Amino acid sequence: MGDFLQQVVSGLASGAIYASLALALVLIHRATGVINFAQGEMATFSTYVAWTLTTNHGWQYWPAFVVTLLLSFAGGVGVHQVAIRPNEKGSVLRVVIVTIGLLLLLNGLVTLIWSGEVRAVQSPFPTRTIDIGGVAFSIQDLGTIGVAFATVALLWLLFQYTKLGLAMRAAAVNPAEARLVGVRVTWMLSLGWGLAAVLGAIAGMLAAPSVFLDPNLMAAILIYAFAAAVLGGIDSPLGAVVGGLALGVGLNLIGAYVDFVGADLRLPVALLVILVVLVVKPSGIFGKREVRKV
Amino acid sequence: MSALLELHDVEARYGPVQALRGVSLEVPEGEIVAVLGANGAGKTTTLRAVSETVRRSGRIELGGKPLRGGPEAAAKAGVAHVPEGRGTFTELDVTENLRLGAYTRRGRRADADIERVAAWFPWIRERGTQRAGTLSGGEQQMLALARALMSRPRLLMLDEPSLGLAPLVVREIFRIVRELNAQEGLTVLVVEQDARIALDAASSAYVLEVGKVAVSGSAGELRENEAVRRSYLGY
Repeated sequence: MGDFLQQVVSGLASGAIYASLALALVLIHRATGVINFAQGEMATFSTYVAWTLTTNHGWQYWPAFVVTLLLSFAGGVGVHQVAIRPNEKGSVLRVVIVTIGLLLLLNGLVTLIWSGEVRAVQSPFPTRTIDIGGVAFSIQDLGTIGVAFATVALLWLLFQYTKLGLAMRAAAVNPAEARLVGVRVTWMLSLGWGLAAVLGAIAGMLAAPSVFLDPNLMAAILIYAFAAAVLGGIDSPLGAVVGGLALGVGLNLIGAYVDFVGADLRLPVALLVILVVLVVKPSGIFGKREVRKV
Repeated sequence: MSALLELHDVEARYGPVQALRGVSLEVPEGEIVAVLGANGAGKTTTLRAVSETVRRSGRIELGGKPLRGGPEAAAKAGVAHVPEGRGTFTELDVTENLRLGAYTRRGRRADADIERVAAWFPWIRERGTQRAGTLSGGEQQMLALARALMSRPRLLMLDEPSLGLAPLVVREIFRIVRELNAQEGLTVLVVEQDARIALDAASSAYVLEVGKVAVSGSAGELRENEAVRRSYLGY
């Protein structure tokens, strides 16, 4: 039983990371109508920035964390204004191709600036375990879950209870109407990209200590995040969070208790999840079925 | 009696299609003005030209100041445009729709204003958390109107408020618009397919034909006009 609980918590920790990145994908899908394939690379870039601040400049972890989030936000806004906005009027495919271009560009930039070397990243949390009710839990896992949950809660408060959040939702669901009530839609979408970049940065920084930092840090995590978003419903923020956690726990349990899957076949299982959901219930658990009037 | 809204020789086009070919009209402060005409005459485009949701040229002034800078700027200047087909945020709830209506206004007076607007639409009080998309057509039209009022507009523009609604609901909506005009001095520019109900509410009207003003005058004059009667009033 203790072992099982440990696996669940460790799954929740991975799931919290998937959920953060999935939430970033959902935010952008709602705002811009595309999957941002560069989301993972944006997160990797942010993580390298945090690594540079702590390792090369001797910053404490948390100040570096906060500054990285601010820079990531600015970066997300910049990406939208410079790369996405001029292409938004075109077809969806055009924006998708731009995000794939961004993926390659950022991946190249990261390698150019920081080289492809694998780096160890310090964790803000002690590597000890803590005893709760006779079961030893990793403090790092609990910390990861805590940071991700706090982020999601803050975002939820922003979207649900502030005028700005309401305007961002309005701009995403009905841009034409939003402009008529005076919402500056383009800037709201830019803010959405900024917030998505922040979420990605958090996912990257939380993931890096346990998997090491290299230019392809987020490649696999992006696929898990995509599976999480599809599972929960690509337009549902709640779905992204639930999907991420469910996927994290599910994959961890399968990895631990189903022998032939082990740790190596987790990625194919995630891909299988995407496939099955798209075939059986394309709108995901919390998504609304898209109805188009013709 | 000065004009709140003035259009001088306004043209607008959708790609190669010219929808307005030099429309000039005036909406006096505190009055209801109707724009009538057949399908495709340019009624909707006239409103869209004012809120700049269509590419347009010519001079458009609100209170003597030129309107430019896109729909956001028009909203800020005090134009509340309720577009054709309800114009609510269907995925958001009733209260959220109303709060968005007050978006251009500073401060936290939105709650007090919801109460003020709810005086006109009492059902809104109990339906605050209902998603706008699940309201009936008439309720959605009223919500769109209520949302427009939340901005305390200088000019309310209504596009086909009767579209697809039962006659009783249409009468109710026009009754509210007339009372708002009478009691609060609200200036209204309304586009309507149903000429009869529009002329009953309006003090003056313009009839558009293929992107131009064909006839204009007081509501009384237009009701007496032979051509208007035959083409739009049907008797």
